[in-house]
Amino acid sequence: MRKVYLFFLIVLIAAFTANQGYSQCKGFAKKICKLELIPYIHDGNYHAAILTEGEEAELYKTFYGGQEYRIAICGSDALSDIQFQIIDSYKNVLYDNTQHNKTRVWDFKLEASQQLKIAVKVPASTQETEYPASGCVAIMFGVKQTTP
Amino acid sequence: MQQKNFVSLCNKILVAFLLAISITACKSGNKTNKDETIQDFVAEDEIFNDIDKAKKIFYSLPSPLETAMIIKSAGAEYDQELLNSLDNTEKYLNNRSMALNLGIYTTDLSFASLFDQTQTSINYMEASKKMAEGLDITDAIDEETMNRLKDNLNNREVVMDIISETFLNSSAYLKENERQDVASIVLVGGWVEGLYIATELVGDKSIKDNKLADRILEQKLSFNIVQRLLDDNKSKADGKPNVDIVNLINEMNELKTAFDKVTVTTTEPSVVENKETGVSDIKSKTTVSVSPEDFKMLQASIRKLRTSFIQ
Repeated sequence: MRKVYLFFLIVLIAAFTANQGYSQCKGFAKKICKLELIPYIHDGNYHAAILTEGEEAELYKTFYGGQEYRIAICGSDALSDIQFQIIDSYKNVLYDNTQHNKTRVWDFKLEASQQLKIAVKVPASTQETEYPASGCVAIMFGVKQTTP
Repeated sequence: MQQKNFVSLCNKILVAFLLAISITACKSGNKTNKDETIQDFVAEDEIFNDIDKAKKIFYSLPSPLETAMIIKSAGAEYDQELLNSLDNTEKYLNNRSMALNLGIYTTDLSFASLFDQTQTSINYMEASKKMAEGLDITDAIDEETMNRLKDNLNNREVVMDIISETFLNSSAYLKENERQDVASIVLVGGWVEGLYIATELVGDKSIKDNKLADRILEQKLSFNIVQRLLDDNKSKADGKPNVDIVNLINEMNELKTAFDKVTVTTTEPSVVENKETGVSDIKSKTTVSVSPEDFKMLQASIRKLRTSFIQ
């Protein structure tokens, strides 16, 4: 009987711990990555997840003509600098942060509305480790008020 | 004795755990007797062609704040009559209606605050709070948030930051508690409210050289994202259909038909770096076109959808 209870307790603790891991991403996005958007206003959307070295993510979004945006892509300390590219529907790479010292932010303004893809990669560590590192990656957008 | 205490403690923890599971299950409140068919809802678009399902995929819709900013920058004027009535908050009792109207009230709040409607902003923040609490989103909008809003009503930048933060709190809470489906319904509600405000403001005016009308038509691009977002959430973790999402998809088919009549074409962009401002310009041209009759059809389908959301 005691073993059954212990099993359930372990399951409970594991579930709680997993949720804490995700919660750290919210805190990371809110307290660290969001600061990269200043002086732009964060749009309020939340895109963050735990990624492991070598993993990739993609985000699809429509950006509107005449609006000015800042994109901030941040990884937690356990990860190497995050690589990202902005790609248009013609598959042209409009921006590649590896060509700009792996900067976390890019500011841009669109003449015309269009869908863009943001391709994100957590590079593998150059150091030899037993297990690949995992950590939070947040993709955040800032907007600027524009007058008609 | 020690073992007895241990078992008693474990009993209490287990009961609490099982109770939490049953409450969550009840909250989802899905009925299965409705139409669960999904027609060809997801559009094929160039940019989505090479989606690699092995990667983590995010679909980002304009948030209520961005939606309101897009409408305002297109020259919209403020009309309080277009906002969802605050009296309606009492009507929203299930997850679907609370999620849709959390999005709707947040867009209304953003719209009011961009036009410095201070008292309306407080009222709509209260309405959003009520919806968030109904969805068990804890601490998204607390008393401290309300006080901060009241203390900064004359500072639009701070008010926008507060709105952005409350929306971040809500969506992060939902996503981190495996309620992505509810988060997507909130976003759809907010997006449709933006479309509704914009289309009502265009009204019977000519759509030729009308910036607001162009903005509405460009939403066809975001509609593709809506389709993907809902499609991704149409099944639950156990493989069963998520009836709230499936019904929403079916309700939106009329809007899909209306957007199918809209043509949006974008020329191949080029990037010009501005070293002085640090802001790069993405240069291209987008052409939107639709007949006046089809625009009327779009207006009607948006009005119908929004009416069903706020009922």
